[in-house]
Amino acid sequence: MKYLCLVYLEEKILNAFPAHERQAISDKAMSYCDKLQKAGQLLAASPLHPVETATTVRVPEGKTSTTDGPFAETKEQLGGFLMIDVPDLNDAIRIAAQFPGAHFGSVEVRPMKELGCAD
Amino acid sequence: MSDDTAQEARARDDDVYRAKSRQVLATLIRLLGDFDAAEKALQEAFAVAMEQWPRDGIPANPRAWLVSTGRFKAIDGMRRRARYDASLSELAKQIETSTSDPLEQEDEHIEDDRLRLIFTCCHPALSPEAQIPMTLREVCNLTTEEIARAFLTKPATIAQRIVRAKAKIRDTRIPYEVLPPSELSDRLDTVLHVIYLVFNEGYSASFGASLTRADLSGEAIRLGRLLLQLLPEPEVMGLLALMLLHESRRAARTSETGEIVLLEHQDRTLWNQDYIKEGVELIERALASRRFGPYTLQAAIAAVHAEAPSAQETDWAQIVTLYDLLMQADPSPIVELNRAVAVAMRDGPAKGLELVDALLNRGELAQYHLAHATRADFCRRLGMQADARVSYERALALAQQEPERRFLEKRLKELED
Repeated sequence: MKYLCLVYLEEKILNAFPAHERQAISDKAMSYCDKLQKAGQLLAASPLHPVETATTVRVPEGKTSTTDGPFAETKEQLGGFLMIDVPDLNDAIRIAAQFPGAHFGSVEVRPMKELGCAD
Repeated sequence: MSDDTAQEARARDDDVYRAKSRQVLATLIRLLGDFDAAEKALQEAFAVAMEQWPRDGIPANPRAWLVSTGRFKAIDGMRRRARYDASLSELAKQIETSTSDPLEQEDEHIEDDRLRLIFTCCHPALSPEAQIPMTLREVCNLTTEEIARAFLTKPATIAQRIVRAKAKIRDTRIPYEVLPPSELSDRLDTVLHVIYLVFNEGYSASFGASLTRADLSGEAIRLGRLLLQLLPEPEVMGLLALMLLHESRRAARTSETGEIVLLEHQDRTLWNQDYIKEGVELIERALASRRFGPYTLQAAIAAVHAEAPSAQETDWAQIVTLYDLLMQADPSPIVELNRAVAVAMRDGPAKGLELVDALLNRGELAQYHLAHATRADFCRRLGMQADARVSYERALALAQQEPERRFLEKRLKELED
């Protein structure tokens, strides 16, 4: 069975740590992921850029609407994910908009960090 | 060189700066892939120009010279800093090999770069709060202080919005591009919306004592003209026409004491006929394309007013027809309210009251002061004084602008007399 483990946190709590402690948390997370990968239990893991980088894509009535922010309706629940690798945000929006779920829900697009959490 | 000529040369260089700086910036952002690096390169290029041009004369193509110098300065700076950060050496090499020297490039790229800049500043992944200051700063070259003054906020707030917008552009990789024709229409809507928000902020401030802030409206019209020159789409014509037709009435819409003068009471000789003429010509071009939309229709409505010798002699039937089309293209309760006003002028206030009551009963405009003011006006004209008073009082409770409040208070007082 595959599981998706979603990490929720308050960014301002993380940002309140001094830089070296943030680095230590990041190092610990990375070495934990390494261990899981060696055990064949981890498929992919990545920290995300802060929530300000979120873009929400919806396609009500066939017209793409792109907005700044993570503003999913409170009645909407996380229903799945796509991890994609494309050159830029316009391509990511294009792919999100063509996903059938975008026609009756919303797809939040968040860039993944290329380095660790302390980046 | 005498002092006079030096001063003249400096003034001439300043003119070149104003005219060219945004074009040069737009190209440098593409070449360097970063707003801040481009801004710095632009300043360095102009510093070199200020030194060389008075001595050696202005080069044949100042824009290309500035881009070339800015690009060279940026690459040079990266090489020098590469001692501390090795990744910069790689970046410098990449920029040098992947982009050719702009002195050898054709001028046709320039206009594309200016469009790229507009589309990036107005990218829908940025909030309007970020799109507007980015556009005014990067495209129009307003300072953060000027933008803050226009929006009655602190320069630090505007500066922070710009910093965040640039961070989002960088971190999410918003590309520096104009979309293919198949996707252009959605994206163009966002650009037009940003320009219209800037115009409206200048034309009718959302709160406070001053009803108009001409600088922002003028800036929005300049942006509209630039966009039309770069991208002659029908809705760009429609938006520019709409702004010009509103702007044509500026001198007539407030009295000398700062009171609102309604369209029907405006001195039409004060309307700017040059703007009206230009607006009407743009509408004709947009309509002829048969690909027009809501901006062109709103402009066409404004044009019917502009061409009427008086409120009584306005072709209200045509205005109702245009509102019907607008309701199909871009339905909204505000459009419905405006349509009700036109119907009242065509068929009498009783018909208008029926429509506005139905609209208010749906609840969408219950908090909108002009909906209540419109209802009050219909009641007044029908002799329903008590109903009129209730609606004027409701409108007054919701109105935020001083001139609007004074206008409503005056109407209430007239009811009592």
